[in-house]
Amino acid sequence: MSGTFLGMPSLPVFGIGNLHEHEPFPKAARRELSNPQLRANLGHATRTIRDKRLAVVSELPDWEELREAGRAIKESVMARLPELLEEFEANFTARGGTIHWARDAGEANSIVAALIRDQDATEVVKVKSMATQEIGLNEYLEEQGIAAYETDLAELIVQLDHDKPSHILVPAIHKNRSQVRDIFLREMEGVDPELTNEPARLAAAARAHLRRKFLSAKVAVSGANFALADSGTLAVVESEGNGRMCLTLPETLITVMGVEKLLPGWEDLEVFMQLLPRSSTGERMNPYTSLWTGVTPDDGPQNVHLVLLDNGRSAALADEMGRSALHCIRCSACMNVCPVYERTGGHAYGSTYPGPIGAILSPLLTGITAEENNSLPYASSLCGACYDACPVKINIPDILVHLRGEDVDSKRGKNRRKRAMPSQMDVGMKAASWALSSGKNLGLVEKALPLGRLAAGPDRKITKLPGIAAGWTQSRDIPAPPGQSFRQWWNKEHRAAGPDAAPAAGTDAPGPESAGPGSAGTEENP
Amino acid sequence: MYPATARATVSILERLGHEVIFPAGQACCGQMHVNSGYFKEALPVVANHVKAFEDDEYDVAVAPSGSCVASVKHQHPMVARRCGDAGLEARAAAVGAKTYELSQLLVDVLGVTDAAAQLGSYFPHRIAYHPSCHGMRLLRLGDRQLDLLRSVGGIEVAELPEADQCCGFGGTFSMKNADVSSAMLADKTANICGTGADLCAGGDASCLMHIGGGLSRQGSGVTTMHFAEILASTLENPAAVSGDVRLTTGRTAR
Repeated sequence: MSGTFLGMPSLPVFGIGNLHEHEPFPKAARRELSNPQLRANLGHATRTIRDKRLAVVSELPDWEELREAGRAIKESVMARLPELLEEFEANFTARGGTIHWARDAGEANSIVAALIRDQDATEVVKVKSMATQEIGLNEYLEEQGIAAYETDLAELIVQLDHDKPSHILVPAIHKNRSQVRDIFLREMEGVDPELTNEPARLAAAARAHLRRKFLSAKVAVSGANFALADSGTLAVVESEGNGRMCLTLPETLITVMGVEKLLPGWEDLEVFMQLLPRSSTGERMNPYTSLWTGVTPDDGPQNVHLVLLDNGRSAALADEMGRSALHCIRCSACMNVCPVYERTGGHAYGSTYPGPIGAILSPLLTGITAEENNSLPYASSLCGACYDACPVKINIPDILVHLRGEDVDSKRGKNRRKRAMPSQMDVGMKAASWALSSGKNLGLVEKALPLGRLAAGPDRKITKLPGIAAGWTQSRDIPAPPGQSFRQWWNKEHRAAGPDAAPAAGTDAPGPESAGPGSAGTEENP
Repeated sequence: MYPATARATVSILERLGHEVIFPAGQACCGQMHVNSGYFKEALPVVANHVKAFEDDEYDVAVAPSGSCVASVKHQHPMVARRCGDAGLEARAAAVGAKTYELSQLLVDVLGVTDAAAQLGSYFPHRIAYHPSCHGMRLLRLGDRQLDLLRSVGGIEVAELPEADQCCGFGGTFSMKNADVSSAMLADKTANICGTGADLCAGGDASCLMHIGGGLSRQGSGVTTMHFAEILASTLENPAAVSGDVRLTTGRTAR
């Protein structure tokens, strides 16, 4: 597969793997919301990281300039991705590394498995990596008889529990330390049966478990946070040092990286090394940054491979509105500030990529019509907290709205072909479009206000609505409509009273005594 | 749904000596359509708004809603562009440039810093204040609304914990993702009730309808009110509040 020409396919090649919802988001969210332990763990964890991030971000006077630099660098990378990839390939290869191009998850998985088999290995140690989660590498390797051991503490917890990560940075954010102790006691070989839920004891148990793997593994698999085109260098940013062990001890190192991770050169890395730790863990600097350039004779891995993964990235790049989602550096700041994520957790999003970035990235990689991913762009109240927190200024709310438009338009065509009945939402939106596209039409609708008042009854509130609006009345009332609209009041009472009714013109601010006659609010609740 | 808010806006501006015009052709900003992905249906709504407001007979346009103003300023040109109407895009941008949210107009243009002194505002109640997301993040209103409220005579403003968290409204989000929306609302209303305030003020009728709807369903007795109505309230013509609302003077008003 080495040397396969990536090119720009005539039809977009969409991503496959762990990128899909298997049920609509509202349904998945409903299930997760009913788990009070999950909500308590998540609420506590996201609030803690949120506060830490805010503290280290506000101490930098040039944070906004850094964000803008990050955005501009990523935008320029996307604009000249093919040439930068070729530059990277030339430099990486010249330093003894081998490049493999993978069109999708299936190609990437089989490349990695073949490379592991070349070393006669049946087990690998893994550095925490989103790309390998995305392509479902662990599951694929298991089918091929190869055991993959996660070495990031949180990934290890999730793997031992046969669970899935629910957060980009903190995959086990949905578990508290007592749950972690129970998992270790149940699943970890040779664990001390007296293990407590003290963080230090838990970490020591994991360390003893992992050391055995580091010393025996011949092959390591990693992702990469950045790749520098001008030198052919790869970078992994981490906290624990377990990644460093994997990147230096085994003879063979296989890295899987999305093509969008590229940066032009070292001076660009400086910007991102300030943006990433502060946005991600809320630290000024991360404990371990590993950088490697091809093979260094007699030092570290002697077989160095890189699988460059497309898996829908070219398709996302072709979407003018959506392409900036590829700027993402996987810091997870957006999910830590997201009120939806905070309550549902990551599993509700189905895909490897949860939270606000997942709600745009997953449907962009797979196409909006794939599986249930068309429900993801609606998994947001558009509050905008994610855009404010994003270190590379991805306008997530605007892209969510854009993808909602893509979803609605894709269904228009489908419904016409199938001669299907339009949905309640379609009908409502069409009717509202008529009513709201002229003052005259709206004035006619407002004539019906007394009807709504009648429906509300004597207690002046509506407590039950039919159809899609039932979602509203499950937890909220609607007040009775007013007896008179503003338009009616303006025409009958205010304008009819003539300009003389207005207080005398003048720029001097009147005191309380001269309050005008139009005092509002008084007529509203008779 | 909330004509009192618009009437209050007229009252405040006329009190400051300005002439208020109500372009009769106007209807809606179309944000509901845009945010739900119905761009095609949004286009006539946007076109109607631009047509109604591009007249030269006024200096600035004002709306007592951060969300609607953000839609006019940010979404209208985008809708026109997406629908391939470059002419409408330019006209929409021009209308957006002279459109202000009420507190922006009052503070930045008209120099109102003391509502009690300059508007005669008097509202003897303890309130909490919820800054709506679009005003806060799209328009960067900062503390404009809150500062105006703090300067109202007789008022007591309680600190609302986690005030910057979304109330969960989000337009059709509240129906399409009703469970998540309700969970967000429950936290917001709990925070409001925890302040001991009798009333939650804000700058967006939609968020207030959502919060108020939740408070009403919970039977909390706490109600909501737009800050324009509080600014328009005076000693002689106090704003009517629903529910049992204690006065800061110690009496109970009905």
